[in-house]
Amino acid sequence: MTSAVSIEALTKSYGKLEAVRGISFEIGSGEVFGLLGPNGAGKTTTVEILEGYRKRDGGTVRVLGEDPERAGTEWRQRIGVVLQSSAVYTTLTVREMLALFAGYYRKPRPVDEVIELVGLMEKRNTRIKSLSGGQARRLDLGLALVGDPELIFLDEPTTGFDPGARRAAWATIRALRSLGKTILLTTHYLEEAEQLSDRVAVLREGRIVAHGRPADLMGRSRGAEIRYLRDGEEVVVKTDEPTRTLHELTAQALDAGVELEGLEVRRPTLEDVYLSLTEQDDETVLS
Amino acid sequence: MRLFFHELKGEQLLYWRSREAAFFTFIFPLLLYVLVSAFYTGDIYGQPAGRVLLAGLLGYGAATTSFAGIAIFLVIRRENGVLKRLRATPLPPAMYIAALLGSTLLVFAIEAAAMIGLARVTYHVGVPDRLGSLALSLLLGAAAFAALGIAMAAAIRSAEGASAVVNLVVLPMAFLSGSFGPTRHFPHVLRAIADVLPLTYLVRLVRSAIVFDQPIWHEPGAIGVVAGWGLVGLVLAVWAFRWEPSESG
Ligand SMILES: Nc1ncnc2c1ncn2[C@@H]1O[C@H](COP(=O)(O)OP(=O)(O)OP(=O)(O)O)[C@@H](O)[C@H]1O
Ligand SMILES: [Mg+2]
Repeated sequence: MTSAVSIEALTKSYGKLEAVRGISFEIGSGEVFGLLGPNGAGKTTTVEILEGYRKRDGGTVRVLGEDPERAGTEWRQRIGVVLQSSAVYTTLTVREMLALFAGYYRKPRPVDEVIELVGLMEKRNTRIKSLSGGQARRLDLGLALVGDPELIFLDEPTTGFDPGARRAAWATIRALRSLGKTILLTTHYLEEAEQLSDRVAVLREGRIVAHGRPADLMGRSRGAEIRYLRDGEEVVVKTDEPTRTLHELTAQALDAGVELEGLEVRRPTLEDVYLSLTEQDDETVLS
Repeated sequence: MRLFFHELKGEQLLYWRSREAAFFTFIFPLLLYVLVSAFYTGDIYGQPAGRVLLAGLLGYGAATTSFAGIAIFLVIRRENGVLKRLRATPLPPAMYIAALLGSTLLVFAIEAAAMIGLARVTYHVGVPDRLGSLALSLLLGAAAFAALGIAMAAAIRSAEGASAVVNLVVLPMAFLSGSFGPTRHFPHVLRAIADVLPLTYLVRLVRSAIVFDQPIWHEPGAIGVVAGWGLVGLVLAVWAFRWEPSESG
């Protein structure tokens, strides 16, 4: 597998603030890569360096074989972008906006196909200014896809989507993946990252603190949580030996002749792992 | 070239969709012509007022359509992120600016023709004989003001105030330069300011073609000043123009 994106020891500061402090990763072509991390971790900074918007301070960056700082219009034929904040001509209709952008590319996807894909069929002749926030965001996704790019950068693409629209967007992203597109996705929805990404990297304060397949990240801790209700109050037992602990608990309960109400055994989700990785311990904050 | 016409079409759609722009930069100069000409009857500087004011308002039209229009469009598009978004597409920035300029010139050409027609209908001002020189003068003026408009956009930090700031520049300039009527009775200071404004010289060029039936090269000094301002605008534009929203704060 050749790599669509490769970053080596990337650094970027804004004045004194070191937003990105030496990160490295590769995205194989055809892969969906999730970039996670709390607000201000450096996700957008990293993505916009890859898109050619911002200049890096150090390190090497290759995107589709080129340095984004020097890449030209040919390179832009091959990438699609959803920026963190929506940017459109509000006086145009959905269809007009997509048709305008389609004209910039040599081999665009048919506009109506894109409208269908992002679920804006009913709104295709509506002025953009009267779209809802989530609908406008779907248009952003459409604009990223209309040039039929091979590499797609999505900076929080599903922010503001209702659950149905989010599922639909996931289906779209899966469909793109099956077409062999490479996707770099940032998101604050851990379930989204888990569902879509082949691999994720978790950023914190400009550094990668974890990196790998979602299943591996979750599997790193063998532990589990057992929850049940005692006298109406929730009891949480964390354990590295779920089988033994559960056995002991149920044995006690059977002996006492009580029912463990609300009994539940849970493996950590990506969200739990994420929170434990990105939680600030107070000492680092104070020092 | 296909890309240029595609973008030109898009710009035309955007221009006519934007009611505010279409009113202030297209309808307003036409309205002003009718109003101001109704105010001055008879002669200005011994010439028919309708004709002198046609020259003045054509100059004002160039300033407002080209300078104000381009500055306001660019500020709004920069601040709402469209310009940044465009940078990620294969549309070359120079092509984008060229299409915006082309679209503006097209609008202004229609406006100028409409104004000449209006002058004929309302005040019996005959169609100027020196149409070639007139067209060249207006083209030069609109191009110079377009460059100044891009430079102006670089100086404005927010979309909210854009149209107010721009009109604060355009309206006084139009007054001082004699677009709306004679300035001979103005105080010395004001006339000294007028002596360096680009619109003063554009109006002089246009007047020379329309009122005095002179070819454009009859006023080399005025051509020089207008072109000089255009070059200054171009240098400032290239140096200061940014595609991304200004950082808040
Ligand atoms: N243009 C800029 N000028 C100065 N500082 C900036 C700029 N852009 C980002 N920063 C700072 O750099 C850090 C990283 O910002 P970045 O936008 O990359 O974070 P992020 O991970 O995308 O956050 P979010 O999840 O909130 O989108 C933040 O502390 C931010 O304040
Ligand atoms: Mg961000």
